[in-house]
Amino acid sequence: MATVLNRKDFVSDQEVRWCPGCGDYAILAAVQKTMPEFGIAPENTVFISGIGCSSRFPYYMNTYGFHTIHGRAPAIATGLKISRPDLDVWVVTGDGDGLSIGGNHLIHTLRRNVDIKILLFNNRIYGLTKGQYSPTSEVGKITKSTPAGSVDFPFNPITVALGTHGTFVARSIDIEQKHLGEMLKRAHAHRGTSFIEILQNCSIFNEGAFNDVTDKALKADHQLVLEHGKPLIFGKNRDMGIRMNGMRPEAVRLSATVTEKDLVVHDETNLSLAFMLGHFEPPLPTPVGVFYAVSQPTYDGAVNQQLADAKAKQGAGDLKELLSKGDTWTVN
Amino acid sequence: MAVPPEAAEQAAESHESAASAPKPHLKRDHVVIRFAGDSGDGMQLTGMQFTSESALAGNDIATLPDYPAEIRAPQGTLAGVSGFQLNFSSNEVFTPGDEPNVLVAMNPAALRTNVEDLQPNAVIIVDREAFNESNIKRAGYASNPLTDHSLDKFQVIEVDVSKLTSLAVHGLGLNNRAAFRCRNMFVLGMLSWLFQRPIDSTIVSLKNRFKKAPELIEANIRVLTAGYNYGETTEMFASSYEVPAARIAPGLYRNITGNSATALGFVAAAVKAGRPLFLGSYPITPASDILHDLSGYKNFPVYTFQAEDEIAGVCSAIGAAFGGAIAITTTSGPGMDLKAEAVGLAMKVELPIVITDVQRAGPSTGMPTKPEQADLLQSMYGRHGEAPVPIIAASTPADCFDCAYEAVRIAVKYMTPVILLTDGQLANGAEPWLLPDPEQLAPIKVEFATNPEGFLPYARDAETLSRPWAVPGTKGLEHRIGGLSGENLTGNVSHSPANNELMVRTRARKIAGIVREIPPTEVFGDAGGGDLVVLGWGSSFGPIREAVKHVRAKGKKVSHVHLRYLNPLPRDLGETLKRFKQVMVAEMNMGQLLKLIRAEYLIDAFGFNKIQGRPFKVSEMENRINRVLEG
Ligand SMILES: Cc1ncc(C[n+]2csc(CCOP(=O)(O)OP(=O)(O)O)c2C)c(N)n1
Ligand code: SF4
Ligand SMILES: [Mg+2]
Repeated sequence: MATVLNRKDFVSDQEVRWCPGCGDYAILAAVQKTMPEFGIAPENTVFISGIGCSSRFPYYMNTYGFHTIHGRAPAIATGLKISRPDLDVWVVTGDGDGLSIGGNHLIHTLRRNVDIKILLFNNRIYGLTKGQYSPTSEVGKITKSTPAGSVDFPFNPITVALGTHGTFVARSIDIEQKHLGEMLKRAHAHRGTSFIEILQNCSIFNEGAFNDVTDKALKADHQLVLEHGKPLIFGKNRDMGIRMNGMRPEAVRLSATVTEKDLVVHDETNLSLAFMLGHFEPPLPTPVGVFYAVSQPTYDGAVNQQLADAKAKQGAGDLKELLSKGDTWTVN
Repeated sequence: MAVPPEAAEQAAESHESAASAPKPHLKRDHVVIRFAGDSGDGMQLTGMQFTSESALAGNDIATLPDYPAEIRAPQGTLAGVSGFQLNFSSNEVFTPGDEPNVLVAMNPAALRTNVEDLQPNAVIIVDREAFNESNIKRAGYASNPLTDHSLDKFQVIEVDVSKLTSLAVHGLGLNNRAAFRCRNMFVLGMLSWLFQRPIDSTIVSLKNRFKKAPELIEANIRVLTAGYNYGETTEMFASSYEVPAARIAPGLYRNITGNSATALGFVAAAVKAGRPLFLGSYPITPASDILHDLSGYKNFPVYTFQAEDEIAGVCSAIGAAFGGAIAITTTSGPGMDLKAEAVGLAMKVELPIVITDVQRAGPSTGMPTKPEQADLLQSMYGRHGEAPVPIIAASTPADCFDCAYEAVRIAVKYMTPVILLTDGQLANGAEPWLLPDPEQLAPIKVEFATNPEGFLPYARDAETLSRPWAVPGTKGLEHRIGGLSGENLTGNVSHSPANNELMVRTRARKIAGIVREIPPTEVFGDAGGGDLVVLGWGSSFGPIREAVKHVRAKGKKVSHVHLRYLNPLPRDLGETLKRFKQVMVAEMNMGQLLKLIRAEYLIDAFGFNKIQGRPFKVSEMENRINRVLEG
């Protein structure tokens, strides 16, 4: 890229209309700040979203954008990416959009490994429709539609994505700008479907849902930052770690008898480890970072390769020849 | 005309001389044959091959396969019967024929499921050995129909097909099963002789088909030839028949099914538009063959994406259209239900896609392999909000090519989704297709917006009201589109009440304006008016046209108008219909076009409706017309 891009190149002229205090602002800021570093011109970048507060995102990006219908963004992005592999295609979705109504498209996109980047804003609530519980809301959640508490068991986006053998699965947090920026860069550099769950605060309907990992006083003890090749250590004093007790992970305090050598070392290419970390729930810390990243052929790449092979073998399609294929006869 | 009585007479007359002298040819102007057997008996192949032979002999033809819903129902059962019907003629043919003159029944179940459809004195050719006790029982017969006189009104020809087949392949080392599977070629050979069709083309195609198994080429050719010679020598056929060549427009022809023609129409449109074709689709009967065909045309280039469901099918097409491809999706009724929301999105953001609905008998899962025309009102109105979409319907298998092409042309010219309606009858039915010259096809112009100066994503062409197609990758045209109500010109999110009405009306005007693309309505019959006009659309073309021809030949003032454009309707349709004393709308539903016509033109039209998953018979149509005329 010859020209140097900056943040402004990615900011549209539309007024941003999320509620004050909404975590979406922070995510937008991180994306607009990071995009210039990719060196991809705004005209070659496309943001596609479904429906939800989060899905308003494309309006605020000065790229090509498509605010589509509820849950279907991955399918629309897939059609675009297959036929226009030259474009940088991003999907923005929510926990309802991507995991409830659009769960089918999400898992199949991940399974195929289409080269698109999916940002799932998980606020564990339906924001736009004013606060019903979502597939990521905890059991017992009191919302407008569950006054007696939700009795649905939630699932978690990371293990869903891993279950499809998604090739890049990560988690970050709206206000962790630096970490989020790092994850965006990793996601962008990955060839194939990149999936980032971004924990996002809904200040109106689910304020503080992620307090333990965002509150300055609490977060160090509750966030486990994953780094490839490094032992799993966390805590204010970096004196806590994750150790295997037989087949079960446990949090242990480092001491004279328990040293770093006893801890699990993160390996982004180990699917079993990624699953284990994906299942971490309190009292275990919440992992953030790249759970899993492996290189695999992309769907759009393979499809375009087949087209190129067909052309190399049969030559460019000839319409006249195609129409007259098979048994023909002449009437005089 | 029926083959049998003359055949019987002829047999009586020429009995003595039959063995030595060559057998006489009797001329017939058309014959309807149905091949029926177990789904493993190869009846589709036999039928198609006989069709090719007939086409090469210059007949006009129409064919229709009849597949069982089950893939492989138990052998010998009624549910497992697969059929293929062929109408070949020395005149123009419009339908696969009402009532077969000839039935080939490879087993008792095939006889039982088809015998009721036959002409009273039809010829029935059976494989005698297949009428054994267990097969007879499995077909639900209490006694052997070959001996209990229940077939007395037909001319039954019993041939030891199985035995003669195994004799023909003797010495080739085929196992019993493989030998048994050649039986269909014996039948084909016999019928080829009976109708004086050269078998050379079949031999060529057998060589191609079994390229990888030379022993089967030899076996099939031997059996085919044995069947042909058997026809010549057996005393059971006293004469052969000749259906002379039809007078049809000169040119290069091929036989084509509606689904194949649809696929080719889309490829042709994409080639003419100079853009790649993208199909997003989820398999469903009877639409899947379009997906199958297109997935073989990759070098054009054609992208086919087998999506996870119909919603993803249409959505992927919308994504591809956003990127500038000629984007389509194909499905049948249940899939149409699923696609509705996305079609509304495409309509609102004004991106061109074509949604093909190969209609099948509903409601719900209905009769998946059977045709119906009951998705018209869904196509018209089956989306929330004011969401008009142009609708085009094909009337014959070959017409599917033109309609698919036209649907793309309209879609890109007007930046709108277009619904293309075909049905199971058209999809699997086949007819000779006069190959179009690609040079002569209407141009499809795709011009992407490129100039950033004053660019507005929802500025409109003065005539068509179409918006620019501005694809990602174009510098300076970055913009956002979406389903939310959009401001005039910019498309920016707007909740202004007046703007919303303006946009709804503008899009409606755009679609209504497509009327300028529609040629004047053709009246088959009396353009100036008459006693009755039969109005139809889609695959009922054949039976309506043929019935109207018949009654007109008897001097009746009956005409036929057939619609290709269902939304918008042709500008002159109302006044055209008003010239007739009576307007009858014939369709395979409860009266859907009828409702539109009555609402649009305040005409007291009435319906002729059939909802049996079967096309109208010509005779039904004719009877109905006559009853209407009698008042
Ligand atoms: C077909 C359809 N059903 C329902 C809705 C209503 N709806 C809009 S957004 C939404 C949930 C959004 O939740 P989520 O994806 O978590 O997004 P958030 O607003 O929390 O960012 C629902 C149910 C819709 N727009 N379309
Ligand atoms: S409702 Fe919640 S998610 Fe939606 S904009 Fe407001 S704070 Fe953000
Ligand atoms: Mg949410």
